[in-house]
Formats: sequence, C-alpha cells, structure tokens
Amino acid sequence: MAEVSVRKVVKEYEGGVQAVKGIDLDIADHEFVVLVGPSGCGKSTTLRMIAGLEEITSGEIWIGGDVVNDVPPRDRDIAMVFQNYALYPHMSVFDNMAFGLKLRKFPKDEIKRRVDDAARILDIVPLLDRKPRALSGGQRQRVAMGRAIVRNPKVFLFDEPLSNLDAKLRVQMRTEIKKVHQAIPTTTVYVTHDQIEAMTLADRVVVMNGGVIEQVGTPQQLYHNPATRFVAGFIGSPAMNFLPCRVQDGANGGLAVRITDSIIVPIPPARADRYGAYKGKEMVLGIRPEHLFEHHDQGKPGWTRVDLPVDVVEPMGMETMVHFFVDGSPVCARIDPATHAAPGEMLPLTADLNQMHLMLPDTGRVV
Amino acid sequence: MSASVADRRNAIAAKRGNSLRNQRLWALWGSYIALGIFVVMFLVPPFYTLMTSLKSSAEISAQVGSPWLVRHPTLENFWYLITYPNFQRYYLNSVIVTILTVSVSMVISVLAAFSLSRMGFWGSQTLSTSVFLTYLVPPSLLFIPLFQIIGQLGLINNFWCLVILYPTLAVPFCTWIMIGYFSSIPKELDEAALIDGAGYLQMLWKIFIPVAMPGIIAATIFAFTVSWGAFLYPLAYLYTSNQMVLTVGIISDLIRGDVFQWGKIMAACLLASLPPIVIYAFLMDYYVAGLTAGATKG
Ligand SMILES: Nc1ncnc2c1ncn2[C@@H]1O[C@H](COP(=O)(O)OP(=O)(O)OP(=O)(O)O)[C@@H](O)[C@H]1O
Ligand SMILES: [Mg+2]
Repeated sequence: MAEVSVRKVVKEYEGGVQAVKGIDLDIADHEFVVLVGPSGCGKSTTLRMIAGLEEITSGEIWIGGDVVNDVPPRDRDIAMVFQNYALYPHMSVFDNMAFGLKLRKFPKDEIKRRVDDAARILDIVPLLDRKPRALSGGQRQRVAMGRAIVRNPKVFLFDEPLSNLDAKLRVQMRTEIKKVHQAIPTTTVYVTHDQIEAMTLADRVVVMNGGVIEQVGTPQQLYHNPATRFVAGFIGSPAMNFLPCRVQDGANGGLAVRITDSIIVPIPPARADRYGAYKGKEMVLGIRPEHLFEHHDQGKPGWTRVDLPVDVVEPMGMETMVHFFVDGSPVCARIDPATHAAPGEMLPLTADLNQMHLMLPDTGRVV
Repeated sequence: MSASVADRRNAIAAKRGNSLRNQRLWALWGSYIALGIFVVMFLVPPFYTLMTSLKSSAEISAQVGSPWLVRHPTLENFWYLITYPNFQRYYLNSVIVTILTVSVSMVISVLAAFSLSRMGFWGSQTLSTSVFLTYLVPPSLLFIPLFQIIGQLGLINNFWCLVILYPTLAVPFCTWIMIGYFSSIPKELDEAALIDGAGYLQMLWKIFIPVAMPGIIAATIFAFTVSWGAFLYPLAYLYTSNQMVLTVGIISDLIRGDVFQWGKIMAACLLASLPPIVIYAFLMDYYVAGLTAGATKG
C-alpha cells in the first residue's frame, strides 16, 4: 500500500501529440481515485505512465515515496486490470492468477492460498480449472481482478475495466469493485469515461479534459461546486443547462439575472456578494435539471417561478424529463410525473437558484 | 380471393425453394466432379509408385499385361533398401539435416518475429518487409553465389553445408508466418505479463510461444518441407554417397548409367515420403489453421 504522486507530468507521443500537458495529482494511501473525462483526454496515458508502460516525457511519478520514472513495470509493485481483460488464453484461471506469483518465485502453498483467497472474494472458486475462453465477460473480468488482487500490490490500476460489459453487469461489477476495495483497501487509480461510475466508486474524482486536470474533488464537491463549465457539464446526468445571461440590478436593491426580456430571475441574497463584481457583464447561467422542477405554491427562499413553453415530454416512470427552448438554448427540467405537461403549453416551473452557477463565457470558470 | 393470393404466394415460395434446392444440388455435383478429378490426378502417381515398388525387376521389364496391376507382389525392393548401407546413410543424413534445419530455422524465426513484431525498435518495419522480400528471391538464382561461400567455408561435399543453406530458405517465410501470428496477440497481453513480472524472454517463452502454437506448427512444417524435399542444393554441393541426402542419393545410387532400377527407385520414394506423411497427418489441422490465420493477419 502506498501513496502515488504525479508531479508536472507531460507526455508527448512521437509525432508531437501532447496527450498529457503537465498534470499534478496526489493520491493518498488507501484512496480510490477515478480519472474521468471524454475520449482522448489522456486518462489512459496517465494511467499507463503510472504503470510504467509508457515513458514519461517530463515530470516525476512517485509511488510509495520513491521516484519511479526509470523503474520498469514489474518492479513498481503495481497491478493493472485492462479493458479487454488480457487473460492468458492458454492458461487456466488458476494459472492466470498464479502467473505473477510464480514469476516472483513464491512458494507453492503460498500461491495456492492466495489464489484461493482471491477466488473466494471474487466468487470464482468453481471456475479455477477453466480456460478463459470458457468464461463469460463478467467472469473474465473477475479473473482479471483476481490476478491483480493475488499480487497484493502497492497500487491497483484499472483502465475502463467495465466498458466491455453489458449495462446490467456493469452496475453489478461496479458494486463488486467497491466491495473488493472495502475488503482490501489498496490505493487505486481507476480510469473510466462514465461519470456515474466515477461518482459511485471514487473517494475523489479527477476530471480531465484535453490533457489537463480540470478539477479534483470528492463526488459531492464536483457535483455542487464545479470549478469550470466543463466539469459542470460533464458531471451529472442529464447534463446541466447552460443559458447565456446578464447580471443586472434587481428588485429591492438585490441582483438579478436576465436571461431574456421576459425571464429575469432574482439572485438569492446569499450570493449577492459573490456575483456583485460581475454586474453588467455577459455571463453563462448553469442550472441542473433536478433544480428546475414543477411549481409549488409555497416556495422556499431562493425559489423562483418561471414559465416556459414545453417542447418535448419524456416520462421515465420515477420522474419526467421536460425539454424546452429558451432563446435558442435547450433546457431540461426534471418534474414530478404527476404534473401535467403537454407539448406546446406553458409549464410553470420552480428554479432553485440556491443551486445556480454563474460562469465566465470565455474561460468557462465558475465564479 | 384471399385464398388465391395465398396459393400464389405458396407457389412462388415453392418455386423459389425448388430453385434453391436445385442450385444446391448443382453446386454439390459440381464440387464432387471437380474434387473427383483432382483426387484422381493427385493419387494416380502415388498409386503407380506403390504398384511399381511391389514388382520385381523381372516383372517390370517383362511388360506383360496392365502396368497398373501387380501379379506377383514382393517386398524385395523394400527389403533391399532397408538393408542397403548407402540408403540407410542417406536416410540418416536427411534426418540429421532436417532436424537441425528445422531447429535452427525455428529458433531464428521465432526470435526474429518476436523482436520485429513486439519491440518496435528503429527500422523494425523496414526490416520485416525486407525479410519477406528475401523470400521472393528464387533459390535457383542463389546457388552459384552460395557455392562460392560454401567453398570458402570448406564445406563442399559435406552435408553440414545444408544445415547452413536451408535456414536461409526457410527463415524468411517462417519469420513472416510468425510475425503474422505474434501481431495478432493483443498488446495488453504483453503488458499484463510485463506487470506480472515477466522479462522479454519469459514473455516469449511463457506467453507468445504457447499462444502462437498453431503458427509455430505451420512454420515448422514449412521448414521441414524445405529441408526434406530440397533437391537442387544437395545435387549441386554433394557428390560422394556418404554425404548425400535422400533426394539426390536415390537418383544417383539407383540410376546407374542408363539403367533405371524402377522398382527400387519407387520403393525408395515411398520410404522417403513416410516422414512427411506421418507429420502432415498429425499436424494437418494446425497446418491449415496456421496458414489462414497467418495470411489474414500478416
Ligand atoms: N501511441 C500513441 N501515439 C500517438 N498518440 C497517441 C498514442 N496513444 C494515444 N495517443 C493520443 O493521446 C491522446 C490521449 O490518449 P489516451 O489513450 O490517453 O486517451 P483516453 O483519455 O484514454 O481516451 P479513451 O477514453 O478513448 O480511452 C489521444 O489524442 C490519442 O490520440
Ligand atoms: Mg483510454
């Protein structure tokens, strides 16, 4: 078990592609960190540099208090689980899991004990004699995890381990991974492009975009206090609504946000200080669909009524998604399925402005 | 009304079904006929060889009755060869040369293919292309320059020269087959092995060779065939019977001037084709799989 530090790490592939543009990241012992971001943002590259499979162009990587830049993968004491499992096709499940231990010359009974333990944790005891081709996708994924667990390494690295599984199995294996981490709290770096996977698994989530880290934080921090428009839009499903707006004077000496001539909403007094400096400026208002819901007669402080013309209604059972267009921008609201909403009609909504975000239109920074 | 529509539909379906079945029938007949012709063409010579080998010299020269049938079958030709020291010598030489050629070629080509497909060093792409290009140079063009080289090595009329020569013919193609095979092994497999603690040689030995076994068998069969059946080089480089291998030994020993000892020649051919038949029979499934996999992935 060990902490991992990534210091000013840059990766430039041959041909001049900068996949990672100088990132800093400190991962504590036992921590479960998830790297998340859109395709091509450099998540795998970062993970593979930690694993030692990819050379570091500049910067340093520390594992357990040592710089490992020039340490080959096998001496880094890490284990990795790949997206396509990468099981050795000619070996039984037992041998797949035992391979690393055999190479490290562990005694036979120790190998057997460790493999049996891991197999029990992962519920694959009956499969130990089978070859990988006789396993289902989920079972293969378990074996791949077993291969990592038996080594009892300092760090687990996962590169999109669940994306080859069907939706249902993915949810099941997600829970499984969380359980394993609770039983064996090894420092873990987990790469995924699925933000729900990131939110559910992580102690801390690292959101990457275009080779840089946009924000690091607990799932709650990322959800409630995104640092940038990118993070705000990436975390949460359906995604946050973004509306161009202008901050201006409101009623009773407060501030207001003007979205269109007819939609002007007051900024809650608690936020007046924060937004005062931006009076008169063009900004972007961000509000999540779950903070835009059916109108209630008794409001709370910070709740404001807006009426919007319904475009599309999507009942989901537990809730209903309603889509609107406001001045050309799509807006989604999450309403109680009992509320009547029909396309073409005006729907009275409540906007919970305690949960609003304002960001700069050029840099996307949340203020 | 609706009944007649249904009838018509049925009629169309029946017709279509019929024509499909007819086409299938024709295809079957066609392939049986084509295959039959091939089988006959390929099996007539071995059959004739077998018949001739079972005849005594007297029966062959008598030329009575159908040449396709044996009237007094005898194993005297086989017995003669088995107890003939020269023939034993040729056989032994062939076996030695082939075993060494196959081993040398396979070691070289597996190592070469592994490094060319996996280590990605500077120029590895060009190198793997040129390895294949050397395979396209006809061996008959090479045997004069090679004669000089072998001469300088002092190995003329020494069957060990074949152990040097044959790998030059077998290695390019074997390497090419193995590159195709190794390239089809996903990169993550090496990476998993690297992380598990394997070095490059362990990775090759414990992962690549077992996973690419069909390819290795295909390459082995190829190297075997090159070595066992080669005629031109031994004919050019060997001239005393203690150094000869089967292919040249048979014709130089059993054809004396213009006397062809047909029965013995045919028996010798049959005995010489025994090892390939046995090896092919055991490894045929792998061989076919190996050729196709190598072809699409290479
Ligand atoms: N071997 C390579 N040579 C050159 N460029 C590469 C190489 N591997 C990756 N890249 C580039 O580096 C960037 C980051 O790649 P990376 O694989 O880290 O993305 P990722 O975040 O893992 O994406 P995904 O979610 O699709 O797996 C991409 O633009 C990619 O094209
Ligand atoms: Mg990736």
